[in-house]
Parts: sequence; structure tokens; C-alpha cells
Amino acid sequence: MGAGHGHKLHYHGHSVVHRAPAHLKILALLAFMLVVVATPRDWYAAFAVYLGVIAVVVAVSKVPPTYILKRTVVEVPFLVFALLLPFVAQGPKTEVLGVTVSQHGLEAGIALVVKGTLGVLASLTLAATTEPQDLLAGLERLRMPNQLVQIMAFMVRYLDVVTDEMQRMKVARESRGFNARNPKHWPILARSAGALFIRSYERGERVHLAMLSRGYTGRMPE
Amino acid sequence: MHVPDGFLDAPTSTATAVVAIGCVGVALVGARKELDDKTAPMAGLVAAFIFAVQMLNFPVGAGTSGHLMGGALAAVLVGPFTGVLCVSVVLLVQCLLFADGGITALGTNILLMGVATVVVGWLVFKLLQTTMPKRLALVPAQAGIAAFASVPAAALLFVGLYAVGGAADISMDTLLTAMLGVHVLIGIGEGVITFLAIGAVVAVRPDLVYGARRVLARRELEIRSEVTA
Repeated sequence: MGAGHGHKLHYHGHSVVHRAPAHLKILALLAFMLVVVATPRDWYAAFAVYLGVIAVVVAVSKVPPTYILKRTVVEVPFLVFALLLPFVAQGPKTEVLGVTVSQHGLEAGIALVVKGTLGVLASLTLAATTEPQDLLAGLERLRMPNQLVQIMAFMVRYLDVVTDEMQRMKVARESRGFNARNPKHWPILARSAGALFIRSYERGERVHLAMLSRGYTGRMPE
Repeated sequence: MHVPDGFLDAPTSTATAVVAIGCVGVALVGARKELDDKTAPMAGLVAAFIFAVQMLNFPVGAGTSGHLMGGALAAVLVGPFTGVLCVSVVLLVQCLLFADGGITALGTNILLMGVATVVVGWLVFKLLQTTMPKRLALVPAQAGIAAFASVPAAALLFVGLYAVGGAADISMDTLLTAMLGVHVLIGIGEGVITFLAIGAVVAVRPDLVYGARRVLARRELEIRSEVTA
């Protein structure tokens, strides 16, 4: 709380990648990933080239590769799905390490892991090199509706405030001996969620009144 | 769970993105009626709330836990249009700032979690509200049932999308059974937690719950001439 202005994935730096306009970075990520997704799954050389492109961008950005690799844990849930594919898909069977699996499922599973991992690596690179406010400016330049940009700006601005509020409620619960172990404890957690909503909503009302008193008319000043 | 890059092929992803943009556009127009000039700060704070509530872990037992998706919860709390906007912005932020959900799958994710759960949740909620007696005490239960229905509905839409542009030829029956089976279970959790959470808000600030406004007892202005001690 109160330490640094970047979000959790941001890695402070001044490289070319950090300084590049955010709207170009978003477009580049989108174009790159569309190419990756559209690549036929047996073009293994192409995927190696894509990985090389990401590696070069990461190297230029001077973000430590371990910093990015550690954060790829977000893809664990879908890795589980990819692991299941060879066993549930149809088509001709093949044998891997003595286990009979579906040929198509195996290929699809590998393709899913490769494409998904490339996506996570590329997205992490964008997140590590772009400040939230630059991202918002970039989205505005990409003609995202002003109203949506504003909503996102408020969300990003108050994200830590609201999550910290939830963290304080957790500390308060646990300091009273509460320990959630099974569904019997759901009512307490749900009441916390309800209280968090009321606090967030009321904070929104206060923010709105504070803005009105400073001359807000529904649009951000240019 | 967010759909990653490469799960659906490029044409399907592009098509869902176009539909998602259309839905968000409709929601932008509709949300102005729900919140007027308050839209930006209120929806922003509610989006931050949805993001936070997705981090709140509910223990299922045996060391595992799950969390809310919050689509139906958002619809009942702030109205369907604002709900769509809030969840969509949450997904956008998760995609760009937290690398959660692929950028080419953003349209799919918005369509599944931002539009399908909110719209289905809201429609079921409205249907229950028109068929059941207008009582404030029933709102949490109606919201819970709506939340329960919204999760398998989104899973059903996912299976449909997968049938069109999926990466592997899984038998559709197997996928449908597996997805519906799992998501009915998830839906029960979502329903119970939404019921409890809406109940908690209705007990303290029923005026804040968008879905409860119509059934909120109208109180006549009462002028008391004597001051009671």
C-alpha cells in the first residue's frame, strides 16, 4: 500500500519497449497473437520463431527473464485441460510412454500449450513494460469509447484501495479466530463480500460528489 | 477460468470479438439510464469490487477452494447494463495488466463471462420476480437461483463456440456432459454465495440493490407533530 505507482506485474524501466507508445504495443500484441493463433499447429519451426521474437523483445526491455517466467503460473489451470485432451479426444490412437492416447488430442494438447504459453509470455511482456495510465491513454487513442476508458481508469485507480479493504477485513476476521475451512463458513465470507460491496458503492458515491464539486460534467477534462 | 489464446481458432475468436463489441456498445447506452452522470465513478468502483470479490476464496473442503464469477451478482446489484460494463472492464484489465485470459480470446471471455452470465442471470431473476410475490425477503433467493442458472448457461455457450472453432475433435457429447456436470456444481456454489451476499446487502442497504428497488416497500412521508423522547 502506498509503495510505488505501478501495478503488480509492472517492472520499472526506461528501455525502448517501456517508452514505446502504449497503443502501438497493444496493437502489436494483438497482431502477434492473431498470427500465432492462426498458425497451423504442426508448423513447429514457426512457433520457435515466435518464441525468439518474444525473447528478443524481453531482452531489449531489460526485464529479467526470470521475472516473466515466474509469473507464467496464471496458465496452470488450462495446462490441466491440455493434459486431459489426449485422453478425451477421438481419432486414431497412438502410444506415448506405454499409454494409449488419441493422436489428434495429443497434437491439439501440445498446440494448446504452445499457443497459450506464447500468449501468456507476450501478455506478461506488455504488462511488465506498460504503466496503467499509459495503457489507458493507448486505449483512448485506439478509439475505445470515452465512457469505457473512464470506467477502466476508475477501476485501476481504486483497485488497490478496494483489494486492501478486503485484505483488512480478512485480517480482522482472522484476528478474531476465524478460519474458513468448509462451506459452513460461507455465510461469514459472503457477508464480507456484501459489506465490501456497500463500502465500494458508497465510496463511488463520495468520489462522484467530490468530482461534481470540482466541476465534473460527465467527461474528463481534455 | 479464462479462455487462453489458441483455444478457439482465429475466425471464431474474431467473430466473438465483434459480437462482444456490439454487446458492450448496447450496454454503454443502457448504463446511462441506470446511472446517468454517475456511470464512470460508480461502475469503476463496482468493477474494482468484482475484481476483489473474485479473489475471495470460498473453501469447498479437502483443501480446495473456489471463487465467484460474479456475473449474476453484478446484474442484481447494479443492473444488467452496468453489470455487463463492469465485468467486461474487469476482463479487459485482467487481460492487459494481469495476463489472465488471452488478448485474442478477450471477445470470447467477454461474451461468456461478461455478457452471458449477466444477461442470463438478469433474465432468470426478472422472470422469478414477475412470477413470485413482490416481497423483499425473496430477492436474495431469486438472485441465488439466477446465479445458479447463469453458470451452466455460459458453459453451454462455450460448448457451442467450441463446436464451431475448437482446437481438438472431442466428441461433443463428452464435452457437453463434462462441461455441464462440472458447471452445475460450480453453479450451486455460485448460487449459494450470491444468495448469501445479496442477503447481506439487502439486510443493511436494500436501496443499493438494483434488483430490489421495485419491491422495496414505498414509505409514505410521515410528519410527526410531537417529539417522542
